[in-house]
Amino acid sequence: MSRVVHRTRDSRSPAKSVALHLTLIAASVVSVFPVAWLVLTSLKPRQVIETASVGLFEQPTLANYTQVLGQTKFLTWAANSVIVSLATAVLGVLLSATTGYAVSRFRFPGFRSVMWMLLITQMFPVAILIVPIYNLMAGLGLINQFPGLVVAYLTSTVPFCAWMMKGYFDTVPVTIDEAGRVDGLTPFGTFWRLILPLAKPGLAVAAFYSFLTAWAEVAYATAFMTGDERYTLAVGLSQFVGQHKAEWGLLTAASVLIAIPAAAVFLLVQRHLVTGLTAGATKA
Amino acid sequence: MTAPVVVVTLVLVGYPLLRGAYLSLTDATEANMGRTIGMNVIPSTYEFVGLANYADILTSSTFVTRLTWTVVWTIVCVVLHVGIGLGMAMLLDRPMRFRSLYRVLLVLPWAVPAFVSAFIWRYLLNGEFGVVNAMLRAVGLAGISWLDDPFWAKVSVIACNVWLGVPFMMLALLGGLQSIPRELHEAAEVDGATPWQRFRHITVPGLRPVSSTVVLLGTIWTFNQFPVIFLLTRGGPGGATEILVTYAYRQAFEGIRDYSGSAAWGLVILALLVVLAGVYRRALKQQGEAW
Repeated sequence: MSRVVHRTRDSRSPAKSVALHLTLIAASVVSVFPVAWLVLTSLKPRQVIETASVGLFEQPTLANYTQVLGQTKFLTWAANSVIVSLATAVLGVLLSATTGYAVSRFRFPGFRSVMWMLLITQMFPVAILIVPIYNLMAGLGLINQFPGLVVAYLTSTVPFCAWMMKGYFDTVPVTIDEAGRVDGLTPFGTFWRLILPLAKPGLAVAAFYSFLTAWAEVAYATAFMTGDERYTLAVGLSQFVGQHKAEWGLLTAASVLIAIPAAAVFLLVQRHLVTGLTAGATKA
Repeated sequence: MTAPVVVVTLVLVGYPLLRGAYLSLTDATEANMGRTIGMNVIPSTYEFVGLANYADILTSSTFVTRLTWTVVWTIVCVVLHVGIGLGMAMLLDRPMRFRSLYRVLLVLPWAVPAFVSAFIWRYLLNGEFGVVNAMLRAVGLAGISWLDDPFWAKVSVIACNVWLGVPFMMLALLGGLQSIPRELHEAAEVDGATPWQRFRHITVPGLRPVSSTVVLLGTIWTFNQFPVIFLLTRGGPGGATEILVTYAYRQAFEGIRDYSGSAAWGLVILALLVVLAGVYRRALKQQGEAW
């Protein structure tokens, strides 16, 4: 294999090589520029931001960051986002793993319609469930409460993760279940102690997907969270750029604080996420 | 053992769905919806109106305008996502220097949460002190009011969505490309196939298992793309960039909240998507693809 690789590299003419790298560099610039500009802007004081200069560094300062952290509710919103996303991830994985296992192992009446249901929910526009769920939560007094938002997120993450988890459980041989049963494990014991550990990569993808969905969700959070003590980051950020005044300094600094950890974690796990998303799809 | 969980899961989705379907057949709004204020319980007074909401939607000119723009938006975005994504994937699918560096840089837009990206673009495209206009002015051109002109606002939302959607397609298709055995390409090369022939007869069919899934996913995601439109232009100016989902959302949560109308819009959108997926699935089947 390595010999083949070598040959292809040597066989590329210098002109082609240059063209290839120039294209990739141009694409990388387009892809990185908005983020890089965000970081640079967050280091500029307000008067520079509002002069539309194209300088990279002008009077660099951390003032925007100290203001975001000290004088806004940014940290509260970040904590809210973490609480909601973690709860969604944990509950979502529990529910979707058990559901995925059920549809992977048992053929029950209505099996096909369950699979279709799980798949079709992926097509649900936000508009379709948000009104009934909102009314339901309003009836239960859960508007502006974290549990209400978490349940709303579960309606969209659980079906998809269950569908994806089914793909993982399908790859675990049924003989393992049988071996567990022969050795005297209860059905739940088989699932919990034998099958789950084997499906760990799938669990990680499901947890990460649920976490990301909740972390970046805008529509439900905007409609459900009415007091600024309860905002998640997605809702809170819009407060900086309202109808009348726009605090671009605060917005950019807050965006950097959100994007950097998110991007770091994301780049570490994205390889698994892509395979997970397409694996569930092709194995269904 | 797991039956209860399946039931819970179905209830989680099924109950709101049925309730939404019921609401769409009534005239429920904020005004006549039952609610509890302190100790007082106000009962609901909305009534069953049959298919009136659907008739209103399907005969309204708003529906045609919104649907047309949503379809244009979806097609343009998905074509650009897949086209650019495939191009990038094919560039990356070869041995070269800095390959993993390029990969990380090109994936970055996907790594940033979408709502943050929408805000970044709102700032980049800001008419007064956005960097895009600043650069245009620096080379002697007039700035463009990106987000305040109906046409340019459409260009802006598409540009932002393409920017953040390409990396997913690129990675998914790159995975697909790498699963195509090298020997096929080598054999074709030996047999004298041109690069175009190799692309047409090896790469495209080899990618089909991955591409058929991601194109459908991408279409659905774009059709339902909420944050980009809602945060970048808020559907404006004057509703020019409003797609079906953001319109339905606004019905339910802005002004006098029209719950029943919004629920009906939601079901109409779902029906459109289900039909689309069905047609797509049938088209795949005809090409001998059991999906």
